[in-house]
Amino acid sequence: MTQRYKARFGGAITEATADRNQAILLVDRVILEKVARYSRDDEGFDFLTDLTAVDWPRREKRFDLVLNLYSFPKNERLRLKVHVGVDEPVATVVDVWPTANWMEREVYDMFGIIFDGHPDLRRLLLPEEWQGYPLRKDYDILQQDQAWVRENLGIESGQ
Amino acid sequence: MADPHNAGAGANVETTVLGADEIILNMGPQHPSTHGVLRVKLRLDGEKVIGSECVIGYLHRGVEKIAEHRTYQQFAPYVDRMDYVAAVSNGLGYCEAVEKLMGAEAPPRARVIRTILTELQRIASHLFWLGTHALDIGALTPLFYCLREREEILKIFERYCGARLTTHAFRIGGLQYESYDGFEKDVVRFCQEFDKRVDEYESLLTSNRIWVGRTKGVGVLSAADAIAYGASGPVLRGSGVKWDIRKAMPYAAYDQYEFEIPVGKNGDTYDRYIVRMEEMRQSRKICLQAVEAIPVGPIMGKVGKVLKPPPGEVYHGIEAPKGELGYYIVSDGTTQPYRVRIRPPSLINLEVFDRMVRGHLVADVVAIIGTLDIVLGEVDR
Repeated sequence: MTQRYKARFGGAITEATADRNQAILLVDRVILEKVARYSRDDEGFDFLTDLTAVDWPRREKRFDLVLNLYSFPKNERLRLKVHVGVDEPVATVVDVWPTANWMEREVYDMFGIIFDGHPDLRRLLLPEEWQGYPLRKDYDILQQDQAWVRENLGIESGQ
Repeated sequence: MADPHNAGAGANVETTVLGADEIILNMGPQHPSTHGVLRVKLRLDGEKVIGSECVIGYLHRGVEKIAEHRTYQQFAPYVDRMDYVAAVSNGLGYCEAVEKLMGAEAPPRARVIRTILTELQRIASHLFWLGTHALDIGALTPLFYCLREREEILKIFERYCGARLTTHAFRIGGLQYESYDGFEKDVVRFCQEFDKRVDEYESLLTSNRIWVGRTKGVGVLSAADAIAYGASGPVLRGSGVKWDIRKAMPYAAYDQYEFEIPVGKNGDTYDRYIVRMEEMRQSRKICLQAVEAIPVGPIMGKVGKVLKPPPGEVYHGIEAPKGELGYYIVSDGTTQPYRVRIRPPSLINLEVFDRMVRGHLVADVVAIIGTLDIVLGEVDR
C-alpha cells in the first residue's frame, strides 16, 4: 500500500515507516488534502478515526499533525503525519471527512494550528477569549489565563 | 454523501440573521436532560428546530496535559474520570495501549477477568443510559428497574476492587487483585437473573405506543452520514453498519467468545434503543461464556516497577459502551508519556447532533441527546 502512495505522490511522501506494526506515512504539508481525498476514494479509508497534534518545540517545524484513518472495507488502519511550523496554515480535511470539523477546532484550541478553509475555526473547549494554547510544551501545567479568570470568574486564581 | 458545508452552518446560530418568526433558545448548561453540563443553542421557527450549536468545555480538566506530567501508572486512575459511568472500559483501553507501546501482554487469566468486568460495565452503562433516556422521554418506571440491576453490578465491582464508580480495576501488565471468593458465582447469579430483566424492560417500552411515537423516525442518521461524521458504537450500528472493534480487531479475550453484533435498519432513535437492548443480552452471553472457563495462572505480566516504553507511538482503540475509545500515546523513552491523545466516542458522536435535530421539535431534542448516550466528562475531558 505504501508503494502505491509513493508511486502516486512521489517525493511528497517523505517517509513511510511502521511503528508497533502500525503503518505511518509522513506527508508534505501542501498536499495533505490531496492525499486525504485519495485515501478516502481510492484506498478505502472512509473513516477518520482521529485527528490530533503533537508538539516538538525543539524541531524546526514544531508540530506533528496526526490523522488516524480506518478503512471499513479493508479493516485496516493508517496514520498520516504532517510536519507543521508555527503560523503555517494547513488545508482543512473537513470536505473529505466532515467529522474533522470539531477535531480541527480542538487542535486549533490546544495547539494554535490554523486550518485553511475550515468553515468555523473557533476554540472548541476553552472560552473564545482565552489566551495561549495549553497543549504546547512551553505552556506550563500551572499556567492559565489569569486575566480571563479574574474577569470572568471573579476569583484571583483558578489554582 | 454528507454535505460538509452544512456541518458548520448551524454553528453560527448567533451571527446569522434571524427570520421574522425565528428565535434562539438556550438550553443548558444546567438542564436535567442534557446529562451533564452541555449547553445547546437552538435556532427555532416556532417549535421546529432549524439549526443548533453545542457549546462544550464546561468540564474541561485538561486530562491530556495532566498525562504529560504523570508517570504511566500514575495517569491510569485519571482515565476513570472521563466516562465516569464506564470507568472499567476506560481503564482497559489505557492499560492495553500502554502494553502495546511496551510490547508487553497481560497473561490469559488477567485478560479473561478484564473481559468479564468490562462486559459487566457495558451492561451497567447501557442500563444507566436506558433509565435516563426513558426518564427524559417521560417514562419514570424503567429508571428504578435499571438502577436496581446496575446496583448488582456495582456490588461486584466493589467486592472486586473496593470501588463502585471510579474503579481503577486494571493495572498496566495485568491485574492488581485476584478475583475474590465467589466472584464466578456472583457473575453467574447476576447473568441468570438479568435475562428476565431485559425482557421486563422491553415489555415496558418496546411496543409501548408513547415510546414508539417518541422514538420512531426521530433523529434519523443514514449509514453514509454516520461514517462521514465518524460516529461509532451503537450510534453507528443503529444505522445499519455492522462494525464492532471486538470483532474487527479483537483485544482482551474477545476472540474466544461467540456473540452477535446487533444492527438497526433505519438509523432512528428506536433502532438505537433496540441495538443497545440486544447488546446487553450479548454482553451477558459473553460474561457467561467467560466465567465458565477462567484460565488459572498469574494475573500480572512481566512488567517492571518503573515503566519506560521504548520511544515511538501507538494507537489503540477499543469498543467502549459509547463507541470507539482510542488512545494515541507517544513515548520519548522516559517514565512519563510525551503525549496522550484520547479519542472520546462521546465527543465525536455528539458532533452529528446538529444534523440529527434539524427539522424536529424541541421535545425531540431531549430524545436525541439521550439516544447519543453522551457523558460530558468524556466530551470535555
